Amino acid sequence: MKLTLWTYEGPPHVGAMRVATAMKGLHLVLHAPQGDTYADLLFTMIERRDHRPPVTFTTFRASDLGGDTAGLFKSAAQSAYDRFQPQAMLVGSSCTAELIQDDPGGLAKTMGLDCPVVALDLPSYSRKENFGADETFLALVRALAKPMARTEAITCNLLGATALGFRHRDDVAEITALLAKMGVTVNVCAPLGATPDDLTRMGQAHFNVLLYPETGEGAARYMERAFGQPFTKCVPIGVGATREFIREVAGITGLSADVDETGLRQPWWSASVDSTYLTGKRVFLFGDATHVITAARIAAEEIGFTVVGMGCYNREQARPLRAAAAKHGVEPLISDDYLEVEAAIAAAAPELILGTQMERHIAKRLGIPCAVISAPVHVQDFPARYSPQMGFEGANVIFDTWIHPLVMGLEEHLLTMFREDFEFHDAAGASHHGGKAIARVEDSPAVAALAAAVAASAPATVPVVAPSGEVRWLPDAERELKKIPFFVRGVAKRNTERFAAGKGIADISVDTLYEAKAHYAR
Amino acid sequence: MSLDLPLSPGCSAAPVLRERGQHEVFCGLTGIIWLHRKMQDAFFLVVGSRTCAHLLQSAAGVMIFAEPRFGTAILEEKDLAGLADANAELDREVGRLLARRPDIRQLFLVGSCPSEVIKLDLARAAERMNVQHAPHVRVYNYSGSGIETTFTQGEDACLAAMVPALPATDAAELLVVGALPDVVEDQCLALLNAMGVGPVRMLPARRSGDMPAVGPNSRYILTQPFLGDTAAALDRRGAKRIAAPFPFGEEGTTLWLQAIADVYGVTADRFDAATAAPRARARKAVAAHAATLSGKSLFLFPDSQMEIPLARFLARECGMRPLEVGTPYLHRALMEPELALLPEGPMLSEGQDVDKQLDRHGAQAPDLTVCGLGLANPLESQGFTTKWAIELVFTPVHFYEQAGDLAGLFSRPLRRKALLTAGAKP
Repeated sequence: MKLTLWTYEGPPHVGAMRVATAMKGLHLVLHAPQGDTYADLLFTMIERRDHRPPVTFTTFRASDLGGDTAGLFKSAAQSAYDRFQPQAMLVGSSCTAELIQDDPGGLAKTMGLDCPVVALDLPSYSRKENFGADETFLALVRALAKPMARTEAITCNLLGATALGFRHRDDVAEITALLAKMGVTVNVCAPLGATPDDLTRMGQAHFNVLLYPETGEGAARYMERAFGQPFTKCVPIGVGATREFIREVAGITGLSADVDETGLRQPWWSASVDSTYLTGKRVFLFGDATHVITAARIAAEEIGFTVVGMGCYNREQARPLRAAAAKHGVEPLISDDYLEVEAAIAAAAPELILGTQMERHIAKRLGIPCAVISAPVHVQDFPARYSPQMGFEGANVIFDTWIHPLVMGLEEHLLTMFREDFEFHDAAGASHHGGKAIARVEDSPAVAALAAAVAASAPATVPVVAPSGEVRWLPDAERELKKIPFFVRGVAKRNTERFAAGKGIADISVDTLYEAKAHYAR
Repeated sequence: MSLDLPLSPGCSAAPVLRERGQHEVFCGLTGIIWLHRKMQDAFFLVVGSRTCAHLLQSAAGVMIFAEPRFGTAILEEKDLAGLADANAELDREVGRLLARRPDIRQLFLVGSCPSEVIKLDLARAAERMNVQHAPHVRVYNYSGSGIETTFTQGEDACLAAMVPALPATDAAELLVVGALPDVVEDQCLALLNAMGVGPVRMLPARRSGDMPAVGPNSRYILTQPFLGDTAAALDRRGAKRIAAPFPFGEEGTTLWLQAIADVYGVTADRFDAATAAPRARARKAVAAHAATLSGKSLFLFPDSQMEIPLARFLARECGMRPLEVGTPYLHRALMEPELALLPEGPMLSEGQDVDKQLDRHGAQAPDLTVCGLGLANPLESQGFTTKWAIELVFTPVHFYEQAGDLAGLFSRPLRRKALLTAGAKP
């Protein structure tokens, strides 16, 4: 048993729903109790889908358990087939049905439905949502795709885009357009937008583009083995990765890698002097492994940040993440416990967090700027506007998104110059974070009392300078530390304490602070 | 509206369509979302699967706190192998939790579908932990599983589990039962106070130290229609229920207060003095929305058991025409005063076969549809106007001062539709 407060991933049957909802002409029958339909609203609300997910739940009750839950499953499957007339059906169990051990696959087989029925094995007590999606897609491809003669023109399949995927809709559009520029046509994009009939035609493509390893790798590996279709290994998020992806496709197809980059603005934006202040900014990355690994490359090579921490919640992709972390010289964090992530962020004292919805909340609590790079996400990250992460437009989108929450360059200089600025002090909070600005406290008792009342009513948004126990901050040094702009104060404090500990200094003075600053000067 | 009983028999004898099929509803675990805000020293520990944790998180939306006061002890494969192990695991997780949160005074072990199916005995676990952690922490157990409870029934199961542990008393106190937003609770207490009714106790109380006592002289009244098991548990403690419609709208609130006034011998003058001003305010506030709602047809999918009282309010005070009133569960005894008031006409349905119900809905093409979030956008995209039902549980809607807000929840989607239609290109 493991106590969990918030989860990064849902159960595996939600992954199966993501595949079913992504497709058309497919229906999923889930053996599940009343209440599991909650997952419908992820699709209708967060993704704002205008139709019900193509999923039927058997809705068994306690009173059914002694009796014929298998019969209940069969009647639900039959009426779903009669009503929706799908080209193919998926059948599986949610966590509770896994325990009562009816066998949806076996039961469906005895029904003689007039369409392919694919049985899913979703181990709810050991695996999670991404596994469920990957496994469901693999099961579908295995059941439906057949070896075929290659198309005359060079075509590929796009693999891994699903419902509830972070920017999957626009990534598919961007990569389809990029491939078209190279002369490659998309044969089938799946699961997103595909029908079961489309899946039967997947074998005729020359190769596969694996957009999202989390949800498409199983199928990509199967098709490589079964149909001899190579698949791309580089995920085209970031300018460097996109160019590498283009070279990879050129290598597979023999087409030219010389692709028109009109519309790509990110390299110039990043090179312009306005961006100089971004150099070496400390960034912490967390999310699914694919988005974190690609984001780390962008951060380090294309924007000039320093990666001070990276991790992922999906253990399936731990190995590539560990390799990437080693390249950036940081300790990899593989965890699905958000309290552990919070502790790692606090310890790394970053100036920017790139993460999921959970990290947005952690960032808000710590008063650190943040941008979202990965699922799980809330409704605002299924935007109405075109906002891919992949390809050249994706690079433009990413630059804007990541820079937006940061204090701007001139503002930062002025803050350092006028350290005790009365309007833009630490209690006022970081740029673009919610909350009313609080005026700086003057040292009169009445104002101090008022400020204390305000501070008590407002949640703390800024890391407080608190003694760490081992070394003591002398009052002068502590005052000096508070003059350092809040977005670098955490790291200044930590460096000074480490410096003091290394030198055996017990009391930190103003001199110690500046000696440490000189020591760690970058 | 007048307090006269309707001339027609209402829906008391109306037939009820009972259906069985796919239910598009939440399970009882969802009640934790509002119960943990109401009971400020309580922690709700679901013993279940990742699905349970994911449900709570999806339903709680952005309510991420530094340390939320609910969580899920997720069953893993090794827990399913042997049950003795599961008990030891649970003891360890609870011990760890209580050590980290010394402010917790009430711990609810909440059963789920998986824990019920493997027959993990949480009642005994709660007893065992009560001995271990007494007197600082009181441990309760109830089931919020989908195989046993629908949405708001989770609150019922929770409160019913607390009743046997309430202290005994012979005092003639009034218990107001049902978790209400603090602001509404205060208004309720002020009204009862103005009528001279007291002492009044709330179940649940905001903190464990304020829990009411109960005994043979206690009278109790429900503020929510879904509290059948809690009522039965209070009956078993000897308390007597005051039957009344539920305090939605001006009429519902007045009849609810009147039922108490009758029992406590409040004079008509005193009753009028206490209620005349807020009644007038409520009528005025509702009238502002009735203009939009009057004459419009209404279809309610089952969700919270609040459907019948809401249909009664919308029909009688806002002039709407209910076509079908669906409820997940119809408790005849509790609903009798409501059914008598609900004008004849609508089909009453209990349970659900969502596909068939959608067919009926489509054929009737109502002006306003009250439904869950899984259906709302799909119906909107087909041109229907919907009001998502969960908001009715998460928003203050009881008593006089909220009557206008309650009507507003239903008029807003219609007004919005009109605004956007007017703004759309022909």
